Amino acid sequence: MAELHLPPTLTPLFRELPRRIDVEAATVDEAIERLNERWPGVRDRLCGQGPVLRPHINVYVDRERAGLDTALEERSRVDVIAAISGG
Amino acid sequence: MPQTVLLVGTRKGCFVLESDADRRDWKMRGPYCEGWPIYHAVHDPASGALYAAAASEWHGAGVWRSPDLGETWELSSEGLSYDDDNGLKLSKVAGLTAVNGRLLAGAEAAGIFESRDGSETWTLLSTLDGLPGRESWNDPDKQPPGHLGLPAILPHPDEPSRFWAVVQGYGIFETTDDFASWSPRNRGLRADWPLENPEVGYCVHKLVMSPDRDRLYQQNHCGMHRSDDAGQSWTEITEGLPSDFGFAAVAHPHDRDTFYVIPLDPGHGRCMPEGRAAVWRTRDAGSTWQRLDSGLPQHDAHLGVLREGLAIDSLDAPGLYFGTSTGQVFASADEGESWSEIASYLPAIASVEVAVIE
Repeated sequence: MAELHLPPTLTPLFRELPRRIDVEAATVDEAIERLNERWPGVRDRLCGQGPVLRPHINVYVDRERAGLDTALEERSRVDVIAAISGG
Repeated sequence: MPQTVLLVGTRKGCFVLESDADRRDWKMRGPYCEGWPIYHAVHDPASGALYAAAASEWHGAGVWRSPDLGETWELSSEGLSYDDDNGLKLSKVAGLTAVNGRLLAGAEAAGIFESRDGSETWTLLSTLDGLPGRESWNDPDKQPPGHLGLPAILPHPDEPSRFWAVVQGYGIFETTDDFASWSPRNRGLRADWPLENPEVGYCVHKLVMSPDRDRLYQQNHCGMHRSDDAGQSWTEITEGLPSDFGFAAVAHPHDRDTFYVIPLDPGHGRCMPEGRAAVWRTRDAGSTWQRLDSGLPQHDAHLGVLREGLAIDSLDAPGLYFGTSTGQVFASADEGESWSEIASYLPAIASVEVAVIE
Protein backbone atom coordinates (compact mmCIF):
# COMPACT_ATOMS: atom_id res chain seq x y z
CA MET A 1 0.00 0.00 0.00
CA ALA A 2 1.25 3.45 -0.92
CA GLU A 3 0.52 6.24 1.51
CA LEU A 4 -1.03 9.29 -0.18
CA HIS A 5 -1.02 12.76 1.32
CA LEU A 6 -3.48 15.14 -0.36
CA PRO A 7 -3.55 18.95 -0.41
CA PRO A 8 -6.03 20.91 1.72
CA THR A 9 -7.40 22.58 -1.43
CA LEU A 10 -8.60 19.19 -2.73
CA THR A 11 -10.25 17.43 0.17
CA PRO A 12 -13.16 19.89 0.76
CA LEU A 13 -14.33 19.22 -2.81
CA PHE A 14 -15.25 15.58 -2.10
CA ARG A 15 -17.34 14.21 0.73
CA GLU A 16 -15.18 12.38 3.30
CA LEU A 17 -12.04 12.46 1.19
CA PRO A 18 -9.26 12.38 3.83
CA ARG A 19 -5.94 14.22 3.75
CA ARG A 20 -4.10 10.89 4.17
CA ILE A 21 -5.17 7.61 2.55
CA ASP A 22 -3.58 4.24 1.68
CA VAL A 23 -4.07 2.89 -1.87
CA GLU A 24 -2.95 -0.21 -3.76
CA ALA A 25 -1.32 1.06 -6.95
CA ALA A 26 1.74 0.45 -9.12
CA THR A 27 2.09 4.03 -10.40
CA VAL A 28 1.03 7.57 -9.51
CA ASP A 29 -1.52 7.39 -12.31
CA GLU A 30 -3.05 4.24 -10.85
CA ALA A 31 -3.16 5.79 -7.41
CA ILE A 32 -5.14 8.73 -8.78
CA GLU A 33 -7.43 6.30 -10.58
CA ARG A 34 -8.11 4.43 -7.32
CA LEU A 35 -9.15 7.72 -5.74
CA ASN A 36 -11.25 8.61 -8.76
CA GLU A 37 -13.16 5.33 -8.55
CA ARG A 38 -14.25 6.13 -5.03
CA TRP A 39 -14.56 9.91 -5.41
CA PRO A 40 -15.50 10.58 -9.06
CA GLY A 41 -13.95 13.79 -10.31
CA VAL A 42 -10.70 13.63 -8.35
CA ARG A 43 -8.77 12.94 -11.56
CA ASP A 44 -10.12 16.13 -13.17
CA ARG A 45 -8.91 18.16 -10.21
CA LEU A 46 -5.37 16.79 -10.40
CA CYS A 47 -4.90 16.12 -14.13
CA GLY A 48 -5.58 18.08 -17.27
CA GLN A 49 -5.99 17.01 -20.87
CA GLY A 50 -3.45 14.44 -21.94
CA PRO A 51 -3.67 13.37 -19.21
CA VAL A 52 -0.89 15.28 -17.52
CA LEU A 53 -0.61 16.63 -14.00
CA ARG A 54 -2.07 20.13 -13.83
CA PRO A 55 0.56 22.87 -14.01
CA HIS A 56 0.34 23.81 -10.32
CA ILE A 57 -0.05 20.27 -8.95
CA ASN A 58 3.25 18.66 -7.98
CA VAL A 59 3.68 15.04 -6.92
CA TYR A 60 6.60 13.66 -4.93
CA VAL A 61 7.24 9.94 -4.39
CA ASP A 62 9.45 9.30 -1.42
CA ARG A 63 10.44 12.98 -1.60
CA GLU A 64 11.53 12.81 -5.26
CA ARG A 65 9.64 14.82 -7.90
CA ALA A 66 7.37 12.41 -9.80
CA GLY A 67 5.07 12.18 -12.80
CA LEU A 68 2.00 10.13 -13.60
CA ASP A 69 4.10 7.17 -14.74
CA THR A 70 6.38 7.09 -11.69
CA ALA A 71 6.38 3.63 -10.11
CA LEU A 72 5.27 3.14 -6.53
CA GLU A 73 6.80 0.71 -4.05
CA GLU A 74 4.82 -1.19 -1.47
CA ARG A 75 5.47 1.44 1.21
CA SER A 76 5.93 4.53 -0.95
CA ARG A 77 4.90 7.87 0.44
CA VAL A 78 3.17 10.02 -2.19
CA ASP A 79 2.81 13.73 -1.49
CA VAL A 80 0.42 15.63 -3.74
CA ILE A 81 1.18 19.33 -3.38
CA ALA A 82 -0.78 22.32 -4.61
CA ALA A 83 2.05 24.65 -5.60
CA ILE A 84 2.64 27.83 -3.66
CA SER A 85 1.03 30.19 -6.15
CA GLY A 86 -1.75 32.73 -6.35
CA GLY A 87 -2.45 35.50 -3.86
CA MET B 1 -43.55 39.16 -1.13
CA PRO B 2 -40.90 38.23 -3.70
CA GLN B 3 -37.35 37.68 -2.59
CA THR B 4 -34.57 39.50 -4.44
CA VAL B 5 -31.34 37.55 -4.61
CA LEU B 6 -28.01 38.88 -5.86
CA LEU B 7 -25.32 36.44 -6.92
CA VAL B 8 -21.86 37.96 -6.74
CA GLY B 9 -18.98 36.10 -8.36
CA THR B 10 -15.60 37.19 -7.01
CA ARG B 11 -11.94 36.36 -7.19
CA LYS B 12 -12.39 34.46 -3.90
CA GLY B 13 -15.70 32.65 -4.14
CA CYS B 14 -19.39 33.33 -4.63
CA PHE B 15 -21.47 35.53 -2.32
CA VAL B 16 -25.25 35.76 -2.02
CA LEU B 17 -27.06 38.96 -0.99
CA GLU B 18 -30.76 38.80 -0.17
CA SER B 19 -33.52 41.36 0.23
CA ASP B 20 -37.26 41.65 -0.23
CA ALA B 21 -38.99 43.49 -3.08
CA ASP B 22 -38.23 46.85 -1.41
CA ARG B 23 -34.53 46.16 -2.02
CA ARG B 24 -33.42 48.49 0.80
CA ASP B 25 -31.96 46.12 3.40
CA TRP B 26 -29.59 43.37 2.32
CA LYS B 27 -28.12 40.39 4.10
CA MET B 28 -25.00 38.72 2.79
CA ARG B 29 -23.94 35.07 2.90
CA GLY B 30 -20.72 33.47 1.73
CA PRO B 31 -18.07 33.01 0.56
CA TYR B 32 -19.13 29.83 -1.19
CA CYS B 33 -17.46 27.49 -3.67
CA GLU B 34 -14.39 26.98 -1.47
CA GLY B 35 -13.04 30.37 -2.43
CA TRP B 36 -12.55 29.42 -6.08
CA PRO B 37 -12.44 32.31 -8.57
CA ILE B 38 -15.99 32.67 -9.90
CA TYR B 39 -16.40 34.25 -13.32
CA HIS B 40 -20.18 34.11 -13.64
CA ALA B 41 -22.88 32.95 -11.22
CA VAL B 42 -26.48 32.58 -12.43
CA HIS B 43 -29.92 31.48 -11.22
CA ASP B 44 -31.98 29.02 -13.25
CA PRO B 45 -35.59 30.11 -12.80
CA ALA B 46 -36.91 26.75 -14.00
CA SER B 47 -35.13 24.56 -11.47
CA GLY B 48 -34.32 27.13 -8.81
CA ALA B 49 -30.67 26.04 -8.84
CA LEU B 50 -27.68 28.35 -8.72
CA TYR B 51 -24.69 27.73 -10.96
CA ALA B 52 -21.23 29.28 -10.75
CA ALA B 53 -18.58 29.10 -13.46
CA ALA B 54 -15.20 28.68 -11.88
CA ALA B 55 -11.55 28.05 -12.58
CA SER B 56 -9.03 27.27 -9.88
CA GLU B 57 -5.33 27.92 -10.51
CA TRP B 58 -4.62 24.51 -9.00
CA HIS B 59 -7.60 22.33 -9.80
CA GLY B 60 -8.87 23.50 -13.19
CA ALA B 61 -12.23 24.62 -14.50
CA GLY B 62 -15.68 23.49 -13.43
CA VAL B 63 -19.21 24.53 -12.62
CA TRP B 64 -20.53 24.66 -9.07
CA ARG B 65 -24.21 23.89 -8.46
CA SER B 66 -26.37 24.74 -5.49
CA PRO B 67 -29.95 23.38 -5.30
CA ASP B 68 -30.80 25.45 -2.19
CA LEU B 69 -29.89 29.09 -2.96
CA GLY B 70 -26.32 28.68 -1.87
CA GLU B 71 -26.57 26.66 1.33
CA THR B 72 -24.80 23.67 -0.23
CA TRP B 73 -22.67 23.41 -3.36
CA GLU B 74 -21.19 20.65 -5.48
CA LEU B 75 -18.58 20.93 -8.23
CA SER B 76 -18.56 19.06 -11.52
CA SER B 77 -16.55 19.14 -14.69
CA GLU B 78 -17.29 15.74 -16.23
CA GLY B 79 -17.15 16.26 -19.99
CA LEU B 80 -15.95 19.85 -19.70
CA SER B 81 -12.84 19.39 -21.81
CA TYR B 82 -11.79 19.30 -25.43
CA ASP B 83 -10.58 16.15 -27.19
CA ASP B 84 -6.82 16.05 -27.44
CA ASP B 85 -7.04 15.75 -31.22
CA ASN B 86 -8.68 19.13 -31.81
CA GLY B 87 -5.78 21.00 -30.24
CA LEU B 88 -7.85 23.14 -27.88
CA LYS B 89 -7.32 23.44 -24.14
CA LEU B 90 -10.11 24.41 -21.78
CA SER B 91 -8.68 26.88 -19.28
CA LYS B 92 -11.86 28.34 -17.87
CA VAL B 93 -15.63 28.46 -18.06
CA ALA B 94 -16.32 32.11 -18.74
CA GLY B 95 -20.11 32.45 -18.94
CA LEU B 96 -23.27 30.50 -18.15
CA THR B 97 -26.76 30.61 -19.64
CA ALA B 98 -29.68 28.65 -18.17
CA VAL B 99 -32.51 28.26 -20.68
CA ASN B 100 -35.22 25.73 -21.53
CA GLY B 101 -33.89 23.07 -19.18
CA ARG B 102 -30.38 23.40 -20.54
CA LEU B 103 -27.31 24.90 -18.98
CA LEU B 104 -24.93 26.33 -21.58
CA ALA B 105 -21.32 27.17 -20.82
CA GLY B 106 -19.09 29.42 -22.88
CA ALA B 107 -15.49 28.34 -22.55
CA GLU B 108 -11.94 29.49 -23.08
CA ALA B 109 -10.59 28.37 -25.58
CA ALA B 110 -13.73 29.35 -27.47
CA GLY B 111 -16.42 26.69 -27.42
CA ILE B 112 -19.91 25.97 -26.13
CA PHE B 113 -20.78 23.10 -23.82
CA GLU B 114 -24.22 21.92 -22.72
CA SER B 115 -25.52 20.13 -19.65
CA ARG B 116 -29.02 18.68 -19.50
CA ASP B 117 -28.66 17.16 -16.03
CA GLY B 118 -28.04 20.20 -13.86
CA SER B 119 -24.31 20.47 -14.58
CA GLU B 120 -23.43 16.90 -13.53
CA THR B 121 -22.21 16.02 -17.05
CA TRP B 122 -21.35 18.13 -20.07
CA THR B 123 -21.25 17.69 -23.84
CA LEU B 124 -19.38 19.85 -26.34
CA LEU B 125 -21.86 21.51 -28.73
CA SER B 126 -19.69 23.69 -30.95
CA THR B 127 -16.25 25.18 -31.46
CA LEU B 128 -17.58 27.34 -34.32
CA ASP B 129 -15.57 25.46 -36.91
CA GLY B 130 -15.27 26.92 -40.37
CA LEU B 131 -16.13 30.50 -39.46
CA PRO B 132 -13.93 33.37 -40.61
CA GLY B 133 -11.40 34.03 -37.86
CA ARG B 134 -11.80 30.58 -36.29
CA GLU B 135 -8.18 29.57 -36.86
CA SER B 136 -6.81 32.95 -35.72
CA TRP B 137 -8.69 33.09 -32.43
CA ASN B 138 -7.25 29.71 -31.47
CA ASP B 139 -3.71 30.52 -32.68
CA PRO B 140 -1.43 30.56 -29.60
CA ASP B 141 0.73 33.24 -31.24
CA LYS B 142 -2.23 35.61 -31.57
CA GLN B 143 -3.46 35.53 -27.97
CA PRO B 144 -3.60 38.74 -25.94
CA PRO B 145 -2.78 38.63 -22.20
CA GLY B 146 -5.01 35.84 -20.97
CA HIS B 147 -6.66 33.98 -23.81
CA LEU B 148 -9.53 34.56 -26.18
CA GLY B 149 -12.67 32.74 -25.23
CA LEU B 150 -16.41 32.65 -25.68
CA PRO B 151 -17.78 34.52 -22.67
CA ALA B 152 -21.45 34.93 -23.59
CA ILE B 153 -24.35 33.02 -25.13
CA LEU B 154 -27.55 35.03 -25.58
CA PRO B 155 -30.69 32.93 -26.16
CA HIS B 156 -33.72 34.09 -28.12
CA PRO B 157 -36.59 33.88 -25.61
CA ASP B 158 -39.15 32.60 -28.14
CA GLU B 159 -37.04 30.56 -30.55
CA PRO B 160 -35.34 27.70 -28.69
CA SER B 161 -32.83 26.92 -31.47
CA ARG B 162 -31.65 30.52 -31.90
CA PHE B 163 -28.67 31.97 -30.04
CA TRP B 164 -26.01 34.63 -30.39
CA ALA B 165 -22.49 33.92 -29.14
CA VAL B 166 -19.68 36.40 -28.48
CA VAL B 167 -16.11 35.41 -29.33
CA GLN B 168 -13.66 37.81 -27.69
CA GLY B 169 -11.88 40.00 -30.20
CA TYR B 170 -13.81 38.59 -33.17
CA GLY B 171 -17.45 39.48 -32.72
CA ILE B 172 -20.96 38.09 -32.63
CA PHE B 173 -22.10 34.91 -34.35
CA GLU B 174 -25.70 33.75 -34.67
CA THR B 175 -27.07 30.24 -34.92
CA THR B 176 -30.70 29.47 -35.77
CA ASP B 177 -30.28 25.69 -35.89
CA ASP B 178 -29.20 24.92 -32.34
CA PHE B 179 -25.45 25.39 -32.77
CA ALA B 180 -25.12 23.41 -36.02
CA SER B 181 -24.21 26.42 -38.20
CA TRP B 182 -23.27 30.04 -37.58
CA SER B 183 -23.23 33.43 -39.30
CA PRO B 184 -21.21 36.52 -38.35
CA ARG B 185 -23.41 39.43 -37.18
CA ASN B 186 -21.01 42.36 -37.10
CA ARG B 187 -22.07 44.58 -39.99
CA GLY B 188 -21.77 48.27 -39.13
CA LEU B 189 -19.49 47.83 -36.13
CA ARG B 190 -16.34 49.90 -35.77
CA ALA B 191 -12.83 48.55 -35.27
CA ASP B 192 -9.92 50.90 -34.58
CA TRP B 193 -7.46 48.48 -36.14
CA PRO B 194 -6.95 46.94 -39.59
CA LEU B 195 -9.16 43.97 -40.43
CA GLU B 196 -8.15 41.07 -42.65
CA ASN B 197 -11.81 40.18 -43.13
CA PRO B 198 -14.50 42.83 -42.62
CA GLU B 199 -16.92 40.21 -41.29
CA VAL B 200 -14.91 39.60 -38.11
CA GLY B 201 -12.36 41.28 -35.84
CA TYR B 202 -14.69 43.31 -33.60
CA CYS B 203 -14.25 43.37 -29.86
CA VAL B 204 -17.72 42.87 -28.39
CA HIS B 205 -17.69 43.24 -24.62
CA LYS B 206 -21.38 42.78 -23.78
CA LEU B 207 -24.49 41.92 -25.81
CA VAL B 208 -28.02 42.35 -24.43
CA MET B 209 -31.56 42.17 -25.80
CA SER B 210 -34.41 44.63 -25.36
CA PRO B 211 -37.81 43.27 -24.29
CA ASP B 212 -39.20 43.39 -27.82
CA ARG B 213 -36.62 40.81 -29.03
CA ASP B 214 -35.59 42.56 -32.27
CA ARG B 215 -33.48 45.23 -30.68
CA LEU B 216 -30.02 44.37 -29.42
CA TYR B 217 -27.53 46.63 -27.72
CA GLN B 218 -23.83 46.12 -27.28
CA GLN B 219 -20.94 47.69 -25.44
CA ASN B 220 -17.99 47.26 -27.73
CA HIS B 221 -14.30 48.02 -27.21
CA CYS B 222 -15.01 50.70 -29.82
CA GLY B 223 -18.25 52.34 -28.81
CA MET B 224 -21.88 51.66 -27.97
CA HIS B 225 -24.02 50.16 -30.71
CA ARG B 226 -27.66 49.33 -31.36
CA SER B 227 -29.26 46.91 -33.76
CA ASP B 228 -32.94 47.16 -34.68
CA ASP B 229 -32.89 43.99 -36.79
CA ALA B 230 -31.66 41.38 -34.33
CA GLY B 231 -28.01 41.87 -35.12
CA GLN B 232 -28.17 41.96 -38.93
CA SER B 233 -26.77 45.51 -38.84
CA TRP B 234 -25.46 47.88 -36.20
CA THR B 235 -25.57 51.65 -35.62
CA GLU B 236 -23.16 53.42 -33.29
CA ILE B 237 -24.80 55.35 -30.42
CA THR B 238 -21.73 56.48 -28.48
CA GLU B 239 -22.28 60.25 -28.85
CA GLY B 240 -23.07 61.83 -25.49
CA LEU B 241 -21.12 59.30 -23.41
CA PRO B 242 -17.82 60.26 -21.71
CA SER B 243 -15.96 57.32 -23.26
CA ASP B 244 -16.51 54.86 -26.05
CA PHE B 245 -15.10 52.09 -23.86
CA GLY B 246 -16.63 49.95 -21.14
CA PHE B 247 -17.60 46.40 -20.40
CA ALA B 248 -20.97 46.17 -18.69
CA ALA B 249 -24.43 46.87 -20.10
CA VAL B 250 -28.05 45.99 -19.35
CA ALA B 251 -31.35 46.54 -21.15
CA HIS B 252 -34.46 47.70 -19.32
CA PRO B 253 -36.80 44.70 -18.98
CA HIS B 254 -39.98 46.64 -19.87
CA ASP B 255 -38.89 49.51 -22.14
CA ARG B 256 -37.21 48.83 -25.47
CA ASP B 257 -35.65 52.30 -25.60
CA THR B 258 -33.96 52.22 -22.18
CA PHE B 259 -30.51 50.84 -21.71
CA TYR B 260 -27.67 51.30 -19.18
CA VAL B 261 -23.88 51.27 -19.50
CA ILE B 262 -20.85 52.04 -17.34
CA PRO B 263 -18.28 53.93 -19.44
CA LEU B 264 -14.63 53.43 -18.45
CA ASP B 265 -11.33 54.97 -19.43
CA PRO B 266 -10.02 52.92 -22.35
CA GLY B 267 -6.34 52.82 -21.36
CA HIS B 268 -4.66 50.52 -18.92
CA GLY B 269 -6.69 51.82 -15.99
CA ARG B 270 -10.12 50.89 -17.29
CA CYS B 271 -11.79 52.68 -14.38
CA MET B 272 -14.66 55.16 -14.29
CA PRO B 273 -13.42 58.51 -15.67
CA GLU B 274 -11.94 61.13 -13.31
CA GLY B 275 -12.46 58.97 -10.23
CA ARG B 276 -16.18 59.77 -10.27
CA ALA B 277 -18.55 56.82 -10.30
CA ALA B 278 -21.55 56.85 -12.61
CA VAL B 279 -23.93 54.68 -14.56
CA TRP B 280 -25.25 56.13 -17.81
CA ARG B 281 -28.77 55.65 -19.17
CA THR B 282 -30.51 56.29 -22.43
CA ARG B 283 -34.31 56.43 -22.64
CA ASP B 284 -34.41 57.05 -26.37
CA ALA B 285 -32.40 54.12 -27.71
CA GLY B 286 -29.11 55.99 -27.62
CA SER B 287 -30.03 59.44 -29.02
CA THR B 288 -29.31 61.06 -25.63
CA TRP B 289 -27.65 59.86 -22.42
CA GLN B 290 -28.08 60.78 -18.75
CA ARG B 291 -25.42 60.48 -16.07
CA LEU B 292 -26.75 58.73 -12.95
CA ASP B 293 -24.51 59.28 -9.94
CA SER B 294 -26.71 60.17 -6.94
CA GLY B 295 -25.31 58.24 -4.01
CA LEU B 296 -22.23 57.04 -5.88
CA PRO B 297 -18.75 58.23 -4.79
CA GLN B 298 -17.61 61.33 -6.69
CA HIS B 299 -14.04 61.71 -5.43
CA ASP B 300 -11.09 59.34 -5.77
CA ALA B 301 -13.33 56.45 -6.79
CA HIS B 302 -11.25 54.49 -9.28
CA LEU B 303 -13.78 51.73 -9.88
CA GLY B 304 -13.78 49.16 -12.64
CA VAL B 305 -16.78 47.04 -13.63
CA LEU B 306 -16.40 43.97 -15.82
CA ARG B 307 -18.67 42.56 -18.55
CA GLU B 308 -20.94 40.64 -16.16
CA GLY B 309 -20.66 43.20 -13.38
CA LEU B 310 -23.97 45.06 -13.99
CA ALA B 311 -27.43 43.54 -13.53
CA ILE B 312 -31.06 44.67 -13.64
CA ASP B 313 -34.01 42.94 -12.04
CA SER B 314 -37.45 42.29 -13.54
CA LEU B 315 -39.66 44.15 -11.05
CA ASP B 316 -42.06 46.87 -12.26
CA ALA B 317 -39.59 49.57 -11.20
CA PRO B 318 -36.42 47.66 -11.99
CA GLY B 319 -33.50 47.68 -9.59
CA LEU B 320 -29.93 47.94 -10.83
CA TYR B 321 -26.81 46.47 -9.26
CA PHE B 322 -23.13 46.65 -10.06
CA GLY B 323 -20.04 45.14 -8.52
CA THR B 324 -16.55 46.59 -8.79
CA SER B 325 -13.01 45.40 -9.22
CA THR B 326 -12.39 46.74 -5.72
CA GLY B 327 -15.14 44.70 -4.07
CA GLN B 328 -18.05 47.10 -3.62
CA VAL B 329 -21.63 46.34 -4.64
CA PHE B 330 -23.89 49.32 -5.37
CA ALA B 331 -27.66 49.02 -5.73
CA SER B 332 -30.50 51.21 -6.97
CA ALA B 333 -34.15 50.43 -6.33
CA ASP B 334 -35.43 53.25 -8.56
CA GLU B 335 -34.11 52.51 -12.03
CA GLY B 336 -30.74 54.13 -11.35
CA GLU B 337 -31.94 57.50 -9.99
CA SER B 338 -30.27 56.91 -6.61
CA TRP B 339 -27.73 54.42 -5.35
CA SER B 340 -26.46 52.93 -2.11
CA GLU B 341 -23.48 50.76 -1.29
CA ILE B 342 -24.73 47.37 -0.08
CA ALA B 343 -21.37 45.55 0.22
CA SER B 344 -18.01 47.18 0.76
CA TYR B 345 -15.20 44.74 1.30
CA LEU B 346 -15.61 41.79 -1.04
CA PRO B 347 -12.82 40.37 -3.18
CA ALA B 348 -12.57 41.70 -6.74
CA ILE B 349 -15.95 41.18 -8.41
CA ALA B 350 -16.30 39.52 -11.81
CA SER B 351 -20.06 39.12 -12.01
CA VAL B 352 -23.36 40.26 -10.54
CA GLU B 353 -26.66 38.63 -11.44
CA VAL B 354 -30.07 39.16 -9.86
CA ALA B 355 -33.05 36.86 -9.45
CA VAL B 356 -36.55 37.74 -8.25
CA ILE B 357 -37.95 34.64 -6.59
CA GLU B 358 -41.67 34.45 -5.79
